[in-house]
Amino acid sequence: MNVRTTPADHPVITGLAVASPIGLGVEEFWSSVLGGDSGITELDRFDASGYPARLAGQIRDFDAGAHLPSRILPQTDVSTRYALAAAEWALADAAVTPETLPDYAMGVVTANALGGFEFTHREFQKLWSQGPEFVSVYESFAWFYAVNTGQISIRHAMRGPSAALVAEQAGGLDALGHARRTVRRGTALVLSGGVDSALDPWGWASQLAGGRVSRVADPARAYLPFDAAACGYVPGEGGALLVVEDAEGAHRRGAPQIYAEIAGHASSFDPPPGSDRPPGLRRAVELALADAGAAPGDVDVVFADASGLPELDRAEAAALTAVFGPRAVPVTAPKTLTGRMYAGGGPTDVVAAVLAIRDHVVPATAGTRNVPEEYELDLVLGDARERPVDTALVLARGRWGFNSALVVRRHPN
Amino acid sequence: MNRRAVITGIGVRAPGGHCTKDFWELLSAGRTATRSITFFDASPFRSRVAGEVDFDAGAEGLSPREIRRMDRATQFAVVCARDALADSGLMPGEPDPRRVAAVLGSAVASATSLENEYLVMSDAGAHWLADPGYLSPHMFDYLSPGVMPAEVAWTAGAEGPVTMISDGCTSGLDAVGHGAQLIREGAADMVVAGAADAPVTPIVAACFDAIKATTPRNDDPASASRPFDGSRNGFVLAEGAAMFVLEEYGAARKRGAHVYAEVGGFATRCNAYHMTGLKKDGREMAEAIRAALDEARIDATAIDYINAHGSGTKQNDRHETAAFKRALGHHAYDVPVSSIKSMVGHSLGAIGSIEIAASALAIEHHVVPPTANLHTPDPECDLDYAPITAREQRVDTVLSVGSGFGGFQSAMVLHRPEVVSR
Repeated sequence: MNVRTTPADHPVITGLAVASPIGLGVEEFWSSVLGGDSGITELDRFDASGYPARLAGQIRDFDAGAHLPSRILPQTDVSTRYALAAAEWALADAAVTPETLPDYAMGVVTANALGGFEFTHREFQKLWSQGPEFVSVYESFAWFYAVNTGQISIRHAMRGPSAALVAEQAGGLDALGHARRTVRRGTALVLSGGVDSALDPWGWASQLAGGRVSRVADPARAYLPFDAAACGYVPGEGGALLVVEDAEGAHRRGAPQIYAEIAGHASSFDPPPGSDRPPGLRRAVELALADAGAAPGDVDVVFADASGLPELDRAEAAALTAVFGPRAVPVTAPKTLTGRMYAGGGPTDVVAAVLAIRDHVVPATAGTRNVPEEYELDLVLGDARERPVDTALVLARGRWGFNSALVVRRHPN
Repeated sequence: MNRRAVITGIGVRAPGGHCTKDFWELLSAGRTATRSITFFDASPFRSRVAGEVDFDAGAEGLSPREIRRMDRATQFAVVCARDALADSGLMPGEPDPRRVAAVLGSAVASATSLENEYLVMSDAGAHWLADPGYLSPHMFDYLSPGVMPAEVAWTAGAEGPVTMISDGCTSGLDAVGHGAQLIREGAADMVVAGAADAPVTPIVAACFDAIKATTPRNDDPASASRPFDGSRNGFVLAEGAAMFVLEEYGAARKRGAHVYAEVGGFATRCNAYHMTGLKKDGREMAEAIRAALDEARIDATAIDYINAHGSGTKQNDRHETAAFKRALGHHAYDVPVSSIKSMVGHSLGAIGSIEIAASALAIEHHVVPPTANLHTPDPECDLDYAPITAREQRVDTVLSVGSGFGGFQSAMVLHRPEVVSR
């Protein structure tokens, strides 16, 4: 068995990067989170006037040419450009260069839920309106779900064990869990997280086809998880990448900082639709806490999945009260400011959790006001709440039944 | 006591057959199943041959609703998972669903359905979304293919860890490698793992046409896939799936399960070189092979058969030959190497799992499947590629490797459990 519980065996987070609708870069993101500055606006990538939902969390100030070499641009979807920029920021934050560690000691594990969708939409168009000879020589690898892992690996000469995971919104936390596993099995450092975007007309229509996107037109009232008026989610784009490494190795190489340790992770899957067996989120939380060697009382804040659909909000609240008791732990969902970013959502919440630990503050859930009594949640509303934060639980659920739970904790030194 | 992961059930859908038994008969007879493309009018394409599966979803037991909602690749995965579960002899509900995991590999996921929906929504490419009434309620599932492992999980009754591994053309090896790791580390007691892809569709054909990765040998479809041959000039696009039941060895033995093979070791590395190109020296694949052997605690000289990636592109077959020599030293010249892609083509993410099935069945039957269509080897490919005819010989330990876009290089060691004591 490969299960260890001594603190030295918990891999640590030494680098952070966010590319989100509320900030390119960690500090800009964090000040928007604490200030409640929303990135949700009318979709303006294309004429969305004919679509029943028109709000999205868009990244509006990203100049790809300023962040990436020009030869990368023709071969990448917008999501991969965000991923490559974030990879560079995360590695710089952790002061990692290709020379930092021996060969094969650095890997890349990312999650991806949507692929290079805008890019591939364009190539479908060329194929069917012009012919196969017009399809880009880059389409074969700009589209597929491994693209971000592959491109990051090449750009930063990271040749260790690497992978790409797909599990809708849960995939990003699963990727971090897999990065942790990879480090514990002997790879010194893994760059991990997730980024997604599909804000072209086809990607947008497809997201709406899922039936869970809010049709409310007011950006302040469209995505209200745990509110009595919850009516769906607002899609966003972007995500986060984090440097995960062996704690001793981080000390040895003189990493500029250790933000936190990844203390526990678990994932579970719900029973098939129509089954009378209980849903799996509570079990994922319990397994992740056990993996971390933590009791429910040790958790200082929960970053919720916060689907924004009443039945799913109720199920998440029930799982939390079952584990922690009624109103026993502060719960928050800063993702109301960015929208749900699919594979990018979980890792972005982990960045927020790590910064909550750094600064001893719990950000608020912007927008939500009226939480039904029956949820028995202490949802942090209004202003950020200053309080000691040493351990945070981050949750993500993916459509069809994916549950993922990750525990981050202040590093002992 | 170390936990060990073994294969106790296999389900395959590959070109040239309807079940695992057909698949093995094709391989052991050295027959090829590549043909001129029948799924669409391929006349505007450079490469017009493929390995297509003659698949009747209704006859396979899928309900009309399942057929409507599932992409073709998902259908493959689900019927293979059902076969693998039946083959394992496990009863529904055992073991405890909370201890059952599902891992599905796929490179291009719902490509077939994406293309079908694109054609409907764009009126065959004429203009975008003239009538939103044509938008399929399943379109989100095709956009975000997490539904594929979810369908496998529902088939298997899995409520433990469930995920999709999408590492391009090593997905099928990596998914099973991940599944075996879940057993070993104690996260699950049973895993349904494998891979599926259904990429014989115009958009994927165009992708590989554009970079001349697929063969233009259209006049001889049955002999179009020619790994290691001097005349090889690209791979043959194909489709299919293979799924496995993985269990902890002690538990499998206790219930008297038939054990095909143990997943003894698995490793993956990246070449960090190029999204589609390979360096000649095979360094990273060799490193993956060494790491997989190390994990299996098996010496290179114990390998009885190498199931190669053998895609039949100029660069791949040389790269791989160099990797075998680098990792195995002189033993590389003594061990038979073969590519079943010569017979069933290259089904992208699925093929890694289909090749694991071939490897497990090679151990089961003590037979090395051949490399078909290999008449005049490339002088730079100077190993024993088991040309044309299958060989009956002792097969206790197999190395299976894969190489994929993105730079992924993966290696797995499969062996009879009795070969090593742990």
